[in-house]
Amino acid sequence: MDFTHDDEQKALAEAVRGLVTRTYGSYEDRRRTVRDEPGYDEKLWTGLAEMGVLGLPFAEEDGGMGAGPIESALVAEELGRVIAPEPFLTSVVLAGGLVAATGTDSQRAEVLGAVSAGELVLAPAVAEPGRPMTAAASAVRATAAGEGWTLEGVKEPVPHGATAGRLVVTAALPDGGTGVFLVDGDADGVTRTGYSTHDGGRAAQVRLDGAAATLLGDGGDATEAVSAVVDQARVVACHQALGAMAVALESTTDYLKSRKQFGVPLATFQALTFRAADMYVSLELARSLATWASMVQAAEPGSTGDTEPADAARRAALGTSRAARHVGQEAIQLHGGIAMTAEYHVGNYVSHLTALDHLLGDGHQHLRALAADVGDHAEVDPLP
Amino acid sequence: MQLELSEQDAAFRAEMRDFFTTKVPQEIRDVVASRGELSKDDIVTSQRILNAEGLAVPHWPAEWGGRDWTPLRRHIWHEEMQRACVPLPLAFNASMVGPVIAAFGTQEQKERFLPATANLDIWWSQGFSEPDAGSDLASLRTTAVRDGDDWIVNGQKTWTTLGQHGDWIFTLVRTDPEAKKQRGISFLLIDMTSPGVEVRPIELIDGGHEVNEVWFSDVRVPAENLVGEENHGWDYAKFLLGNERVGVAPVGATKRVLAQAKEWAGDALADDPLLAARVAELENELLALELTALRVVAHSTDGKPHPASSVLKLKGTELQQAVSELVVDLAGPASLASGAGDDSTVPQWARRATPAYLNLRKASIYGGSNEIQRQIIARTILGL
Repeated sequence: MDFTHDDEQKALAEAVRGLVTRTYGSYEDRRRTVRDEPGYDEKLWTGLAEMGVLGLPFAEEDGGMGAGPIESALVAEELGRVIAPEPFLTSVVLAGGLVAATGTDSQRAEVLGAVSAGELVLAPAVAEPGRPMTAAASAVRATAAGEGWTLEGVKEPVPHGATAGRLVVTAALPDGGTGVFLVDGDADGVTRTGYSTHDGGRAAQVRLDGAAATLLGDGGDATEAVSAVVDQARVVACHQALGAMAVALESTTDYLKSRKQFGVPLATFQALTFRAADMYVSLELARSLATWASMVQAAEPGSTGDTEPADAARRAALGTSRAARHVGQEAIQLHGGIAMTAEYHVGNYVSHLTALDHLLGDGHQHLRALAADVGDHAEVDPLP
Repeated sequence: MQLELSEQDAAFRAEMRDFFTTKVPQEIRDVVASRGELSKDDIVTSQRILNAEGLAVPHWPAEWGGRDWTPLRRHIWHEEMQRACVPLPLAFNASMVGPVIAAFGTQEQKERFLPATANLDIWWSQGFSEPDAGSDLASLRTTAVRDGDDWIVNGQKTWTTLGQHGDWIFTLVRTDPEAKKQRGISFLLIDMTSPGVEVRPIELIDGGHEVNEVWFSDVRVPAENLVGEENHGWDYAKFLLGNERVGVAPVGATKRVLAQAKEWAGDALADDPLLAARVAELENELLALELTALRVVAHSTDGKPHPASSVLKLKGTELQQAVSELVVDLAGPASLASGAGDDSTVPQWARRATPAYLNLRKASIYGGSNEIQRQIIARTILGL
């Protein structure tokens, strides 16, 4: 049992931190970037590709780096620290992960090679209007059409759905089950209505009216595969949230030390410093869960004892959801009015934390799943 | 990073598990399992069985019975004892006075006290707190005045846990009334059979007699019973309190009670979604706590404690209390039957529920109250 990163992993985190800090050294840089399309810095995206980050989770034979969940987590945490709007989580980890999990050899090599090189951005069209996050698709239906397929229905919100080169769409198969499909962003029958999300991100409504689609894999039910990839992405999202929470807390403590009221620094008031201490407690507990969950994801299947990867993801996501709300809300409150402004970074961190919380299913959804299984075990033992 | 224990540590865990569940009498472990009150004999018997196997004081220096285990192994040892419902070695002996004597005592003191302390031939009591010196321990007023080869001790100690069983008491006494606060305090060992020592019980809200006042009226203590240097007692007290790294949070015991609570809940766990959610949330928080404890022990090999260790006492006691509160709620009206005997229709766990809940309110007060823990986090980690 070892909770520490090796030298190579530390070097990766440092390199990513260096790169993103060059682009988002001040919060104003991030603010400017998300104001214009495509909502992220394409130079930074290229830089991440050159560093190998965009191919990190993919197998080498698919054009990737053959790294694992721990490395993706490290990258996400660094992106979270500057709330970088680059779609690493949605395009690489989630959409790319779906291709990696379901695509044939040639499909994987074609798509993931381009993603790794920074030439292709994927949009994961998984979320369905009016439904909680689910791996089983129903809002889009697939129909076999000659050699290929067509899709019918609506997906929303689709992260970076308006500008992505290709959409990775989950759709209901004619004989039941869920298939994963590739759709060209500008294909006939695809109507994309893009917008900004509250945290400066990008999403879209994607309407598919008989759009031509390529089925990934052999056509069997992919619900389980989708579910596993969503779980992997959840754990990475937890780490992105950890980065954002850590900075929200650092900013709050800095502010308590520097801001004066009644002639003294705010840190003079124990009513405030105790609340900052509680934020630290929340953050560290969430960090423990997220770190563990990434280790479970990284472990050989069957070597994690009683812990299923899906279960670990849920547990980490529940803990992170609770912590993100606590840390975020308190960060704003302890700052006061300044954190309500768009110009100051902290409020935007809270907005981003809120988006991350809901992107792949929130704490309520995870708790409901855990509560349903609570009678299945006597204790939860984290080590195999 | 790696999830699994090393082969050696896994074997160590199996060895501990086997010993605790087969060598410590079932009757004693049953008392712990039912949250009943252990007799002095139970505690002594159990500790002597552990000591005979070198499992009572593994954290002491090797020449006095220590085992030179890694923090991880000590953690495993501690968790497995709790899991098996084995009474923990008496903290006053094993965790408090023993390490102080081993580190700062004379050779004569070590030879005289350490073997007897490890084997619980001497039952130690703690004489730190006073009526006007709680969290602000350094304001203590019990005095020791030099008279020839003796110290004459006068004053009152309080909250002396299990002092009714005490053979000896280790105390902090003021030896230099002119010095300010922390300076001028010495660490003195006092035979409780000395004339002038009086132990008076304090009845607590759970109806039990767990703590005492200890009065000292002109108690004559041989000068050789002073540990370390005169007026340096505060340093030893800090060493003693800082010694508690492994086992700060009662993870194993709380997990066990929560697992029992699920059994006690019976069908309600499946039928009552609010209860299931409450249990699932507690399980997740306990998991986060356990993982944090693992992070801390896995890290502290370089001697410096992990900053997150300060989280353990704070969150650990909160969860211990929350689980005890859950058990009272499970008992419902039956929880009023705390005074009923074994012929009652109310099961024992339900009769014990409220006294245990009331008793555990102490957990966030002793050993540095949770407010002190927040202060430590705010000051030493957050720099506030």
